[in-house]
Amino acid sequence: MNLPALRRLLLALLAGAALVAAAGCGDDDDDGGATGTATGGATQAAEPSDVSGTVSMVGIWTGDEQKSFQAVLDGFKERYPDVTVNYNPAGDNTPTVLSTAVEGGNPPDLATIAQPGLIRQFAQQGALQPLTFAREEIEANFPKDIVDLGTIDGELYSFVFKAANKSTVWFNVQAFEDAGVESPETWEELVSAADTIKSSGLPAYSIAGADGWTLTDLFENIYLRQAGPEKYDQLTDHEIPWTDQSVKDALTTMAQVIGDSDNIVGGTSGALETDFPTSVTNVLSENPRGAMVIEGDFVPGVVTTDLEPGADYDVFAFPSIAGSGPTVVGGGDSVVMFKDTPAGQALVQYLASAEAAEIWASRGGFSSANTQLSPDAYSDDLTRTTATAIAEAETFRFDMSDLAPAAFGGTPGQGEWKILQDFLADPAKVDQTAQKLERSAARAYRDRE
Amino acid sequence: MALADAGAPAPPPGLEGPDPGRWRRRLTTAAFLAPAIVLLTVWIVYPTIRTIIRSLFGRDGSEWVGLGNYETLFTTDTLVTAIRNNAIWVAVVPALVAAIGMVFAVLTERISWKVAFRTAVFMPMAISMFAAGVIWHIMDEKDPERGAVNAAIGAIKDVFGSSGVLSRGQPSSDALTGSVRDGFVLRATVRPGDGALLGLTAIPPAEVPADAEQAVAPEPAAGEIVGVVWRDFRPGGGEPGVVEPGELGIPGATVELRDAAGEVVATTRTGADGGFAFADVADGGYRVAIGSKTFAAPFEGISWLGPDLITPSVMIAYIWVWAGFAMVVIAAGLSAIPRDVLEAARTDGATEWQVFRRVTVPLLAPVLSVVFVTMIINVLKVFDIVLSVAPGSSQDDANVIALAMWRTSFSGVNDFGLGSAIAVLLFVLVIPALALNIRRFKREES
Repeated sequence: MNLPALRRLLLALLAGAALVAAAGCGDDDDDGGATGTATGGATQAAEPSDVSGTVSMVGIWTGDEQKSFQAVLDGFKERYPDVTVNYNPAGDNTPTVLSTAVEGGNPPDLATIAQPGLIRQFAQQGALQPLTFAREEIEANFPKDIVDLGTIDGELYSFVFKAANKSTVWFNVQAFEDAGVESPETWEELVSAADTIKSSGLPAYSIAGADGWTLTDLFENIYLRQAGPEKYDQLTDHEIPWTDQSVKDALTTMAQVIGDSDNIVGGTSGALETDFPTSVTNVLSENPRGAMVIEGDFVPGVVTTDLEPGADYDVFAFPSIAGSGPTVVGGGDSVVMFKDTPAGQALVQYLASAEAAEIWASRGGFSSANTQLSPDAYSDDLTRTTATAIAEAETFRFDMSDLAPAAFGGTPGQGEWKILQDFLADPAKVDQTAQKLERSAARAYRDRE
Repeated sequence: MALADAGAPAPPPGLEGPDPGRWRRRLTTAAFLAPAIVLLTVWIVYPTIRTIIRSLFGRDGSEWVGLGNYETLFTTDTLVTAIRNNAIWVAVVPALVAAIGMVFAVLTERISWKVAFRTAVFMPMAISMFAAGVIWHIMDEKDPERGAVNAAIGAIKDVFGSSGVLSRGQPSSDALTGSVRDGFVLRATVRPGDGALLGLTAIPPAEVPADAEQAVAPEPAAGEIVGVVWRDFRPGGGEPGVVEPGELGIPGATVELRDAAGEVVATTRTGADGGFAFADVADGGYRVAIGSKTFAAPFEGISWLGPDLITPSVMIAYIWVWAGFAMVVIAAGLSAIPRDVLEAARTDGATEWQVFRRVTVPLLAPVLSVVFVTMIINVLKVFDIVLSVAPGSSQDDANVIALAMWRTSFSGVNDFGLGSAIAVLLFVLVIPALALNIRRFKREES
């Protein structure tokens, strides 16, 4: 058997196997798809009583989050008794599941996606249906930046249903009392409070240097405040190089936090080996080893602690730099629509309402960007602080490294993660760091083209 | 299967050709070989050829780059580090594994509880490499409160270490200079009749001795040098260099009086309020210092997982896993050595070391070469333990070829061209070791 023939045979075998696999998948999706199309011809009116059918939905929420979302869906069922929603949790595999389903021509009616890049990709493929029918409601209920985030080429394709606030600083109340400092509101106050805490005998910062993403979050928070949202967007799209003066300025500011080895738990070399949960334990414990940890609203969730929220540990918003207004760097799970059906439309409109958000907010573990949602809906004070900051932010931007190509912004041990770790090891090297970032970014963005 | 069926309805003998049985034999041979050949082709031959071809294309597989990926491979820092690290691995680890295995095998040969001992040494083989890596990652952590290795070193150090009232401290103002190791010296020259203010900060409240009292500013007296050592901090910061209400003295601190040449002429200890006094001091200029004996710097831990020590740390974990394997294989070889040869050597007056060196080792050579070659192949492919021991911040420094291949191809970069080139390099490096192994098999068969 010569090589080309062998290759053909192998390809044929593989193709056969793929066909079998694809047929298997297709069967699963057909049920949802068929019922979806069946309702497609129904009237466009959105009166609750008129709408009936089945909506299939793939989402990333599993476990407790799935239970909470099911409660939200139960609320929908009360309003639309004739609509059945089949929610399939896909967890971290959501991008793979959805990409495969779209490729096979049988996507679910609705989906939730955490990666804006994937939403953009689907929209450009023409796989998504615009949410024009709900545009008014979404514009009324959400801040402009959230609407802009979901808008691609002038059409609204998504909105953030479950948001995350990464512009928070968590601190040990006792450590702050020992040092006699208050929650800082500006960068200068933060730096001087950190100095005072250091004099009190406790390192001010607990830094998870082993996890590069905590460093990109810190950088993004500084950059968005110092350089402004316009530059932030340009840098996100790599329209300006990382050697831009604004980047160097932000790195210089960042060095005020990471530059003093004596003021970091374990010193610089210790921080480089500290993973994120450890960095949180350092602060949220009876005998803290550091006074504060700069990370998002998910901080208390990663460790079990005996400390009392609010009384023993607390949170403040990432301080303002050079007079910047309320600003949030965040993330979020967005709702998108693959098939336009009246039942699907009704569900999108419901999810965009404060009513839906309220159900999950009262159950905890949820932040909404919905401005119509009353702060009282949240079950505890700390979540109220971190969650309302999202809806009240003058500027909201999605985490930049999550929007960058994964090779640059999302890979352990390389790209931005690694370069910022090197910067933590030697915070004097501002220029070299900017150059290394630009080299790495140029390559990653070129490859994405 | 299809081939086997075709072979069944063979023509009756004697009707066709000179030797009808020949075809039947060939078909039978083919039928038996077919499954193995198909499997080998699908899982070995095709992927190998495909990988080699893929390594000549760019990132997305459509652009022909020739040997460009190989050029990148040998010019990118982290990849060169990976190749260099792999060379170190090959040079160090097989030899150490064989040596340690040999020591264990020989030493446990004659002890009565050798089964228990060998089981314990062999036990790590039962753990997956990744799990072993996670265990060592935790044991190697820098913080002695978390990492067992540093905790053990710290415990030993504490036994021999000095004891002081404070673990650390810093000057509260520019008036003092120095370090915990050399002590803190007052910049200004002090004369009899002067007072000395020695303020320290960065002292955790829990470390201030329990009998400490409110610090009191010294009242100078003729012929004496008086002063105070205190924690110059109160909530909010306070004013550096000034004794304020709420600031505690540090009792038990060692204070040195040094003359103009820097020689210590007198030492004293501070009282409960941090106060001290040197009486009957001869006229002249002096320096006052907080002695280094005041401080017992705690052991901060060795950075096993940092960039400098990460490769040795991973190697130790790896040897821990594989030493048991080497021990078992060598022990089996040992028990096969004819006793009478050893006895003969001893009877001829050879010392134990000579017996070991001149008789045991040469007789063990085939077994040792098995261990060696197996370990070289294993070490070239080493991957999971590096991934699990090294934290993200030092993975570049711990990089090895297989890890570089995975990181380049799959973990976000998705450069399958360069990844394939790395895989081909790894393949080429493994070939000599494989050839050795095959030659040995053949020799054993013949």
